[in-house]
Amino acid sequence: MRHTISILVENKFGVLTRIAGLFSAKGYNIESISVGPTEDPSISRMTIVTNGDDDQIEQIIKHLNKLIDILKVVDLTNEPFVERELALIKVKVNPYTRGDVIEISDIFRAKVVDIGPTTLTVEVTGKSDKITAMINMLAPYGIVELARTGVVALKREFKGEVYTSKEIKLIKKKSRQKQVEDDEKG
Amino acid sequence: MEKSKTNPNKDFYGKTLMGIEIFVRSLIEENVDVVFGCPGNAVLGIFDALLEISGIKIILARHEFGAVLSASGYARATGKPGVVVASSGPGASNLVTGIADANMDSVPLVIFTAQVPTKLIGNETFQEVDIVGITRPITKHNFLVTKIEELTSTIKSAFHIATTGRPGPVLVDLPRDILAEKFTFDYPEKVNLRGYNPIYSAHSGQIKRAAEIINNSLRPVIIAGGGVTISNAFGELRELARKINSPVATTLMGQGVYPEDDQLSLGMIGMHGTWYANNAVNESDCVIAIGSRLDERVTGDFNKFAPKAKKIHIDIDPSSISKNIKADVPIVGDVKDALKKLIPLVKNLNNEEWLSQIKKWKNEHPLKYKSTDKVSVPFVIEKLRDLTGANAVIVTDVGQFQMWTAQFFKFLYPRTHITSGGLGTMGFSLPASIGVAITVKDRPVISINGNRGFQINLQELATVTAYNLPIKILIFNDGHIDITRQWQELQWRKKFDEILIDSSCPDFIKIADAYGIQSFRVEMANEVEPTLKKALALKDKPVLIEFKTIYEENIFPYIPLGGSVSDIIEH
Ligand SMILES: Cc1ncc(C[n+]2csc(CCOP(=O)(O)OP(=O)(O)O)c2C)c(N)n1
Ligand SMILES: [Mg+2]
Repeated sequence: MRHTISILVENKFGVLTRIAGLFSAKGYNIESISVGPTEDPSISRMTIVTNGDDDQIEQIIKHLNKLIDILKVVDLTNEPFVERELALIKVKVNPYTRGDVIEISDIFRAKVVDIGPTTLTVEVTGKSDKITAMINMLAPYGIVELARTGVVALKREFKGEVYTSKEIKLIKKKSRQKQVEDDEKG
Repeated sequence: MEKSKTNPNKDFYGKTLMGIEIFVRSLIEENVDVVFGCPGNAVLGIFDALLEISGIKIILARHEFGAVLSASGYARATGKPGVVVASSGPGASNLVTGIADANMDSVPLVIFTAQVPTKLIGNETFQEVDIVGITRPITKHNFLVTKIEELTSTIKSAFHIATTGRPGPVLVDLPRDILAEKFTFDYPEKVNLRGYNPIYSAHSGQIKRAAEIINNSLRPVIIAGGGVTISNAFGELRELARKINSPVATTLMGQGVYPEDDQLSLGMIGMHGTWYANNAVNESDCVIAIGSRLDERVTGDFNKFAPKAKKIHIDIDPSSISKNIKADVPIVGDVKDALKKLIPLVKNLNNEEWLSQIKKWKNEHPLKYKSTDKVSVPFVIEKLRDLTGANAVIVTDVGQFQMWTAQFFKFLYPRTHITSGGLGTMGFSLPASIGVAITVKDRPVISINGNRGFQINLQELATVTAYNLPIKILIFNDGHIDITRQWQELQWRKKFDEILIDSSCPDFIKIADAYGIQSFRVEMANEVEPTLKKALALKDKPVLIEFKTIYEENIFPYIPLGGSVSDIIEH
């Protein structure tokens, strides 16, 4: 299962190597990693997306917690969270295809940020699967270069009625289960 | 350290000092009494300053590998951190195996390495290695000091991290220019490590759940590991075992935490553990693992380990719990704290049936060895045990004799079996026994070796002589590297004799002579006792004894790697 792990670390040299080393020593793959400062300049936030079963993730988190320079580790996967990634995609275009590429970009609410005689560069943000979807749509035109930031994520505080599609599925599933249980009882 | 009259640093707080003096005064603050090291250009200044300023003893080894293992022996014997100083480049990289060894066995070490000047780091400077990079995965933590302002706080943190929580080695890399700078000396009272908060206090809800399981059990077994030693929880362990009448098996690292002559003792568990320890765990309905990582040498096949038991696992390191064996009740915390909280909640159990079953097993499946007119290792170990009353510190190397020692010495006291458990480092014993002999004066210190392992660090005989350390060095010479043969024979049924013969094995008596150490050679069983007696009577000097032992003897019981109780091979 895909897990998004948010880590607060001391903003010191060598911390990234320690974390990366921990993953590589245990043979776990990092799907994406992003690092940047937080509201406190002495602390950086790292967001790591990785795959693993529950036992593996539990071990990863225990080992991360053991690192001296790590202040906090949260597996966001089990709670609502906002997730965003940014990608710059340089697509091959010619006078006939340029319009199509711009149209696709519009659908994904992407912005054209650079244009050349044979290429167009668009900037897109969103959840990783949206970015992947857009890349798939543009692939037939020829992707010259691609840069993705990796995921950044924060816990969602909003407790209202707006849910992500995944959460909606989960809620539906739960209410179906409840229905079944109630039926069985009644 | 208290800023009192007796504090040797009292006149130096707030004064501007050279980095090197700040370093030495910091060691004084940490109550360091001995430093193990090897000289080298980059650290000569440190040794000089140590001699001039402090009363700290310096033990100079012949190899950095020896120095770090000596520090490890010292730390294992005392529970205090072992301190190492090594030069830059090869001096530092020579430490690597000893550091990895300490990391596996949770041994507190603080290792200082010299580094090339900060401006030259990364330039392939003469005698430069990235020791912080090399040791990152084998230390609990490591530091490169880049500013003189950070020197004292880094040293304070290093000692704190090494000795608290699950202890381990911490390395501090010291660029030469930093030690040559001047700065105001002040030693911080507290560490500032907001990301490091080991959990000492065991969760009372978990303790309650554990007590409930124990109170409802009929066949409890305690597995006690090295964590009991680290936590000094021997009394509590005994109290718990007696109260619930639970048999106690120890791991290799746990030997000595529970007296093996006690009725409830099952001796050692694991690959070469006793038949009854392994079978008791197999039949148990409640396994209480205390301060043990439950590694595969202890458990065998994870899926077949204690199949009928509810598992309670107490450890200060959360990542050691449910790593190999899923715990029903994980308890994170200091072993002593957890046991203190658990004892009042458990009932007095009598487990009569279970204990009589175990007694029967002990009679039916005792540890055995073949008797011979020649010398067999278990025979020597039993004699040694009788002559010392188990009141000796036994420092074993790695090989067959290590397992025989673990089986037949019947340890009674904490910190009396010092061995490389996790890494299985050949060459461990002689240097480690040096570190033990520096500090243990009230018991004989006995280094137990095989012919091959002894050759890895035999240069340290010079250190033994130099400091006249009264270590009794035993070498079991079967002319082979025997434990490897056993594996080949029992696992693969093949023999590669040209690899297994120790072909140019030196004459150990001549080696002892060369280093000025008195020695004996023993070839027959009837010479064993008189020779051991003679050696033990030479209380204030080192002695080396070579035992010519029989070859082609295997260690039993034996559970092949990845096997389980049903695969036990006995004599
Ligand atoms: C540094 C290191 N290298 C290799 C090994 C693998 N090894 C374990 S025991 C052993 C042979 C030990 O031979 P010896 O010291 O003669 O003891 P014996 O088993 O014959 O009693 C070897 C090669 C090891 N444990 N450590
Ligand atoms: Mg041998």
